[in-house]
Amino acid sequence: MKITRKDVEYVAALAHLELTAEETERMRQQLDSILGYIEKLNELDTAGVEPMAQVLAPTVSGQADTRANPSLRKDATRAGLERTEALAVAPETDGAFFKVPKVIEK
Amino acid sequence: MDVATLTIEKVQELLRGRAVTARELAEQHLARIEARNRELGAFLSLCPERALAQAEGIDRKISAGELLPPLAGVPVAIKDVIVTRGVPTTAGSRILENYRPPYDATAVARLEQAGAVILGKTNCDEFAMGSSTENSGYFPCRNPADLERVPGGSSGGSAAAVADGLAVAALGSDTGGSIRQPAGFCGIVGLMGTYGRVSRYGLIAFASSLDHIGPLTRTVRDAAVMLGVIAGRDPNDSTSADVPVPDYAAALERPVRGLKLGVPKEYFGAGLDAEVRAQVEKGIARLGELGCEVREVSLPHTDFAIACYYIIATAEASSNLARYDGVRYALRAPEAETLEAMYHRTRGRGFGAEVKRRIMLGTYALSAGYYEAYYLKAQKVRALLYRDFVEAFQQVDAIVTPTSPTPAFKLGEKTDDPLEMYLADIYTVTGDLAGVPGLSVPCGKTKAGLPVGLQLFTRHFDEARLLQLAHAFEEAGGFAL
Repeated sequence: MKITRKDVEYVAALAHLELTAEETERMRQQLDSILGYIEKLNELDTAGVEPMAQVLAPTVSGQADTRANPSLRKDATRAGLERTEALAVAPETDGAFFKVPKVIEK
Repeated sequence: MDVATLTIEKVQELLRGRAVTARELAEQHLARIEARNRELGAFLSLCPERALAQAEGIDRKISAGELLPPLAGVPVAIKDVIVTRGVPTTAGSRILENYRPPYDATAVARLEQAGAVILGKTNCDEFAMGSSTENSGYFPCRNPADLERVPGGSSGGSAAAVADGLAVAALGSDTGGSIRQPAGFCGIVGLMGTYGRVSRYGLIAFASSLDHIGPLTRTVRDAAVMLGVIAGRDPNDSTSADVPVPDYAAALERPVRGLKLGVPKEYFGAGLDAEVRAQVEKGIARLGELGCEVREVSLPHTDFAIACYYIIATAEASSNLARYDGVRYALRAPEAETLEAMYHRTRGRGFGAEVKRRIMLGTYALSAGYYEAYYLKAQKVRALLYRDFVEAFQQVDAIVTPTSPTPAFKLGEKTDDPLEMYLADIYTVTGDLAGVPGLSVPCGKTKAGLPVGLQLFTRHFDEARLLQLAHAFEEAGGFAL
């Protein structure tokens, strides 16, 4: 594993993270070491194994039970957060919307 | 009355007998926090008005002779990654400094409906990322058993508060061991239910396929009562399970004779501290004396759990933490001229080193060209780890292990080496990855007086048996071995 400074800068840009020069170098070393450790996953043969994104927990009896994860609800409207409450915790608003710095540069 | 040894049961008894009022109890706890917190660093903020208003409500119920709810007047602490309406909630991060959420987490609302008195918010590793509470963006928390040592993490403040008599019980969160490991380090009980057992609505998301809310308490019975209150389906969390919640406290007294206990050999290999091993072996022997059939089992993929976890957890974190963009909450770097620069600067300034590291690792693992090699590979290894547990539970009713490979370590001991810190979770992450319920109970102390934790796992949704075994162990003097 060899993570370069360029890799770190590229990933930091993807993650919208400003890093100082010192942070970038430390991050390079640490990511290199952690990813080196993670390489050990390649010792395992996972051919034919289905990737598991989420545990679909079976019940006590050991039988998978779809009731345990009813991810669908009725498509009905219900009250959400009041706009004033949502805006109250924002750094900058105009009373109706979140305000942000200029998006398009001319 | 010694507030440091109160239990939920004892609080109820005192209140019913009019030996103390709920208000007095709340005031005594708040005063003790004021006196101890500078040294301990367990709390980030307090909400005395909310606590006293709730306590007075309970006192009125008592005066009126009304039936009391199960947690009436019980002073509790809430980990700062769980939102509380109007009460500062920072997740231990500077990026959420001064954030006052507009709603309560379901677990918090259920505790208050059950009569609990919420004292304040406890210190934790930033966004629950850490194993020592040293990654708090504010100040570290210390272990009441030895102030030179960490309380564990990330729910270190909750564990220290309960261990030191600052709250009778607390809520924590567990993504890789963050309830059980600090409970073990501080000598108390920590319970993580099955994935989906407790609603995460209002839990500030770290890794959604792994995050749990659960209780930290002084006794197994208290953990059973707390779980009974917070468990169950919540329409606001689509991953919360629609599985009936049994009366956990009623199941505690069932005999454990004949239950089959598996001891996974992979949890007793290199890296396990000799004193921790000796204590846990004594604990297992005690369970054997209670009539449990103890046998060796294998969880063959254990050695790959940390590598698997640090891909899955960081990938999910990199996505979940994208929301901290300086637009909707708390911190915004003020001087940025463009939106893009504002995002970068706000996040660069607001997040601490460990959070940045995990966002970077997760973003890397999900980036073009690496997704299959890292993220997909880790998900396949997760399936193997899950299968390990399912197969072991075909032979045994519960699995028993050490909670952590070492007792509490010193502040600063592992902060320079992230990987070394990650390995502190080696025996706990497997439970999160497999989604099984896990619990840590005290199992004596080292010669230096540091608590040792014994961990139990059971099948999915079999928390009743987990609590039953832990209770029998406690009754048999296992905590003091």
